[in-house]
This record gives sequence, C-alpha cells and structure tokens, in this order.
Amino acid sequence: MTAPETVEKHTMAVLVDNEPGVLARVIGLFSGRGYNIESLTVAETDPENKLSRITIVTSGTPMVIEQIKAQLNRIVPVHGVHDLGEEGAFIERELALVKVTGGADNRAETLRVADIFHARVVDTTPESYVFEMTGSTDKLNAFINLMTPLGVVDISRTGVVAISRGSGKF
Amino acid sequence: MAAQPEVREMSGAEMVIRALIDQGVEVVFGYPGGAVLPIYDALFKQNRLRHILVRHEQGAVHAAEGYARSSGKVGVVLVTSGPGATNAVTGLTDALMDSVPVVCLTGQVPTHLIGNDAFQEADTTGITRPCTKHNYLVKDVNDLARVMHEAFTVARTGRPGPVVVDLPKDVLFANGLYLPPESVPARKSYRPQVKPEASRIAAAAQLIMAAKKPLFYGGGGLINSGPRACTLFTELVRMTGFPLTLTLMGLGAFPASDKQYLGLVGMHGTFESNNAMHDCDLMINIGARFDDRVTGKVAAFAPHSRKIHVDIDRSSINKNVRVDLAVVGDCAEVLAALLAELKAQKYKADPARIAPWWKQIETWRKRDSLRYAKSDTIIKPQYAIERLYALTRGRDVFVTTEVGQHQMWAAQLFKFDQPFHWMTSGGLGTMGYGLPAAMGVQLAHPDALVIDIAGEASILMNIQEMSTICQYRLPVKVFIINNQYMGMVRQWQELLHGGRYSESYTAALPDFVKLAEAFGAVGMRVEKPADVDRVIKEMIAVDRPVIVDVAVDPTENCFPMIPSGAAHNEMLLGPEDKQASGPISEEGMVLV
Repeated sequence: MTAPETVEKHTMAVLVDNEPGVLARVIGLFSGRGYNIESLTVAETDPENKLSRITIVTSGTPMVIEQIKAQLNRIVPVHGVHDLGEEGAFIERELALVKVTGGADNRAETLRVADIFHARVVDTTPESYVFEMTGSTDKLNAFINLMTPLGVVDISRTGVVAISRGSGKF
Repeated sequence: MAAQPEVREMSGAEMVIRALIDQGVEVVFGYPGGAVLPIYDALFKQNRLRHILVRHEQGAVHAAEGYARSSGKVGVVLVTSGPGATNAVTGLTDALMDSVPVVCLTGQVPTHLIGNDAFQEADTTGITRPCTKHNYLVKDVNDLARVMHEAFTVARTGRPGPVVVDLPKDVLFANGLYLPPESVPARKSYRPQVKPEASRIAAAAQLIMAAKKPLFYGGGGLINSGPRACTLFTELVRMTGFPLTLTLMGLGAFPASDKQYLGLVGMHGTFESNNAMHDCDLMINIGARFDDRVTGKVAAFAPHSRKIHVDIDRSSINKNVRVDLAVVGDCAEVLAALLAELKAQKYKADPARIAPWWKQIETWRKRDSLRYAKSDTIIKPQYAIERLYALTRGRDVFVTTEVGQHQMWAAQLFKFDQPFHWMTSGGLGTMGYGLPAAMGVQLAHPDALVIDIAGEASILMNIQEMSTICQYRLPVKVFIINNQYMGMVRQWQELLHGGRYSESYTAALPDFVKLAEAFGAVGMRVEKPADVDRVIKEMIAVDRPVIVDVAVDPTENCFPMIPSGAAHNEMLLGPEDKQASGPISEEGMVLV
C-alpha cells in the first residue's frame, strides 16, 4: 500500500479538441488538485481535425502521476494522454531568446559562449545582442548560467515541446 | 402528435424545448429571468414539458438530483444568467460529488455583451468548470442542437454527473437548423470504458475462489449503474455467501434485511462492518471510491487484505488507496462477466472455508453497536427514526435527508431493501439538500410516500421550497429530528474541542407547526416518546405536505464512530468509550 514516495519528472503529450476553454480545463485540473506544472506549451497541430497538442512537464510520486493521467483522460475534449518517457525514448526541445547587454569589454566573450552553444544572433545593436537558442531545458539553463555574468537583461522561453523517437505516433 | 420532419429551422429557444422533449424529459425545475425569457416563452407554447417553479435555484438542482436518483433519468434544471447560475453552483457541486446525472441550462447575456460586466452577467462556464463533468457556452445557434444532445449523453453515461449549457440570449432568438438526437455523431474524445478486460475478470474470480476472509464493499456506482447491477450484485453476494457492507451512497443496492448484510461502513458504520473491513483478507469493492469517510486512517486501512476495485472511472482507482486488482468498467457489465466466469469455473460456494470468518463477524455483531439508552421521558432521535421505519413498512417509501446526525441515524436505522429509495448528500454534505430533493422524488413517484428526515438547522437552509411543495400539492413529509443544535457540530465540539459549543446552538428557532401552516402545509409536534407512533400515523394518513417537529434529546450523540485519524478497529461505541480510547490525536484533529 505504501507507494514509493520518490518524486519523478514526467513529460506528457495531451491531444485535445481545439475549442474555447480547453486549456482552462487542463490548467484548472492541475491547480484544483494541487499538481505541479513545470512547463506547459500548447498549439494547434492538426488544423483539419481541429486538434491541439499540449506538452506538459510535471512532477509527482508515481501515484500522483497515475492520477494526473487518469484525471486528464476524464476531461471530455481530451483525446489521449501520452506519458512520453513511459512509452519509449523521446526528444524534448525548448527555445529561448536571451538579451545580453554586457558593455564593450564583454562583447567578444559573449559571442564566444554563444558560438560554443550554437546560439544564433537574431538582433544586434552597438549595446546589445539577442540570441536564439534551442535545446534541452538543461542546455538552455547552462547557456543562461554562463551568459548571466556577461550581462543578461531579459530571457523569454517557450517551455518544452516533445515528441517520441522512431516511427511511432506521439 | 404528427411526425416531425428530420431537420427543421426554428429559434434557439424552440430548439432547447425540442431537444428536451426528444431526450425524453418530462419535468424541468427552474426559475425565470431576463436571459431565459425566450425559453420560457417557448415553454408557454407547448404542453409536453412540465415546469416546476422553485423558490431558489439551489433548490432546483437538488430537486433535479432527487428526481434523477430516484428514477434513473437525467434531472433537468433551467435558470437565468448571473445570480441564477451562481445560485445553482452548490447543487452542481453536490451532483458532481455524488455522480448524479443533471443537465443545467443557464441563461447568459447576449454574445456581444459577454465580458462587459453586463447586468446579470457571470462567467458561468468559468465558475462551473470545476463543479461540472463538462460545460458548454453555445455561441452559434447551429451548434445548439448538437450541444444539447451531447450534454445529455455526457451527463448520463460513464460516471454520471452534472453538465451545464450556457445559452446567450441572442442565440435563443436566432434561427437555425435543429438536429434530432440520432443525427448527432458521437464525440470522438469521449469514450467511457464500459466493458471490463477479460483477464482482470479471470483474476478477480481466482481471488474470490481463494479467499478465507472476504468482504464485499458496495457503493453508489451500483445504484448509478442501475437495477440490473443491483440484481447481479445481489446474485453474486448470495452465490458466494460472503458478508457485505455498503457505503452511504450504496444503501439499497442489496437488501438490508438480509443476514449477509453487515450494515453501513465508515465513520458511523456498524462495529461488524468496520471490523470486517479491517480484518478481511479480500476486499471486493464494487462501485465505491475509498472515500475518507469510509477508510479512516489510510495507513491502517484493511492492512492484511488484497483489494479488488471495480469502478467506471479510471481516476478513482489508486487515488486514495492502492489496490491489487483494478477492473475498469460499468458495474453491471463487470458483475455479469464475473458471474459468467465463476459459473464457467464451476465455482461452488464453500461455507466451511469462510465459517470461521462468519463466526468472528457474529461476535462483532453481538456487540449490537447501534444500541442506545432508551427513555420513557424524552424522545431519543434513534427511537423516532426506528418508529418511522417500523410504521412505514409495507409502503413504497422514499427517504431523503439533510446533513448531520439525523442523516447518519437514518442511514444506520432505516433499512432499504431496494435501490433508488434513498437520496442523501454524501460527498459534498450539503445541508438543505433533503427538502428540494424530496420534492423531485415526489414528482418522479407521485403515489409514493416521500419523507425528508431532517434536522432543524438543515431544514432552514432551503425551507423556501415548502412554498413550491404546496403550490404543486406534493404530499412530501418532513420529519424534523429537532435537538436545537447543529448536532454533528456539537458532537465534534464535545469530542474534540473541550465541550465549547461555539455557535452550534440555535437560540431562535421558528415554531415549525406555525411555519408549516404559513406555507399551507400541515404542522405537527411531538414531545413525548408515548406520542411518537400516533403522530407518525397521523402524518402518513394526511394526503398533504406535512412538517413533523420531533423534539428529541438535545445531547444525544451519534455512535458508533471512528474518530478522525483513527483506524477501523479503534471505534467509539458509545458515550462510555470516550475516555477508554484516549484523546484524539492532533493529526486526527486537523482532518474534517
């Protein structure tokens, strides 16, 4: 009866009807039942069938994770919930836009770090750069950590999107 | 009536009425207002739907719940925008917690005013999202027929529940095409699992055949599934010879007069039920949800048992208690499959195997945990309910309750042999549920004896519905167990808060006899045990609504009781037990 109390991180793909209120139903479920949302992204992915895909990164004990999936499946416009880690290997990506204004002394070092991380310069002025960086959440965190002392002033991140490896669906 | 053409153009308001009729609706509980005037106009022009004008929207939803739970049909509510919708919220939450199929139509300001803080505007879909199974805002009249039919499907199938359809006034005036129910395609994303997996049925049969100390634990899912589920459940229980217990929501799913029935389980359940639950080696949960009022302290819940859990809602499984075998499906389908499997395995009941278990149960039963100190001078609440039960035998009796001590005594002492005859607010615990619910029950069963066993505090929460009851000449009987206290609050204050009865005494109660008469009903009062029988007989004999004010012992507590935070084998059996079990833990005190 005593389930292991270890908290695990899970990435889920939730396929929903793209209709008003559907995101509120999902978010309301998480807040109402006290579940964590580490990140959540949503966009229409199948315009023909009006389906959107929500990618949720959440954490909880195995019992809580099981509950989250069952509760999500109960929402009427939800077509399916896929726990990507449990269904096999998957890829996750996040995009960040990072604005750095480090002054003349740091400009060369800023570009060097960006180059190491394969971040692209998408905007520049004599005082600033905006970098576009794509990768796993960890890689983005590492990039931002290195850039911070060089004068990061603003960060915008998308949250995680994920897809399974191989030819399987989801 | 002449056959209607397949598809027809009509106004949104007419579509609403048409859809209700096509869904087989006979009664609508409602209250008019600006935003729903077009529907009331369409209602005026027809005579197939009966509208019951309630006095408060909360009453409308509880009435629809009583109607639904006693008939197996969907209850329908019609209220206006803003306050009409917000007043319905308690009823909707109640229906969600107890899985009662209700469709609630709410008016809304015209679409172009939505978001403008218009007069009587409320974000109804926003407010009701967490307290409905699903809800809709209809912005295009051509979606209306589909939404109406889908709302009924969602409300009545799977785990039933309340569905709100929010109807802006301009949509009700607009013309569009009506679709009959059969032309609406099933929604792809909504597929409740009704049939169980065969492998799990086989596994369940194996566990049943091996059990030495088995216990059936039946819940409201049996009632929701319908008469077939209750019949199959009774067949299975009798075939095995196993003991069974029922939850508050499951009463009537198995005949309470049968020896195999151990009584109610949970916080105020019988000694034998709770001890059997604690000591069993196999628990077979059919349509119950391991509610905290049943489990008590989860860490000490049935520690030596394997558990089978049958539920139509996947999310009920492993939510509170981890089980060994989960069977997702409708109770009737699961029970039919399980019976077939046991017969295929040539299963024969083995009384010898479970004889020691029954012997143990009989020793618990001998404690007679529902006993109470009788009195010749003051009416004990238990006595009043026992007499009410005894004097209504041989009649078709439906009982509703409010919430509190009287509810628990009714659940303990009124024995239900059939499903659909017991309506109570189990999950939400809504004071004020019983009177409007009784009204709904009486409408579904015009010739039956419908009794609201009430407390004097609860009854005042929706007393305005007496006016509705009198308007429609519904002969509902209100049996008030009047102890002048919010009895359950007082009981907890006595047990947990040093007897400091903070705000639990009602100092200025109305004269219930005069109150009844003011509404146009009959009022009666009884103060002596010797008069109880006579007054109950008089109440039954009157073919009008009656309020009976029963003056009972104000200090009586409801036993047995599992104190919060305690295990099933740590019950208090009566007032004399208070010291013996020691003080209630701090951990237990913070629980509700």
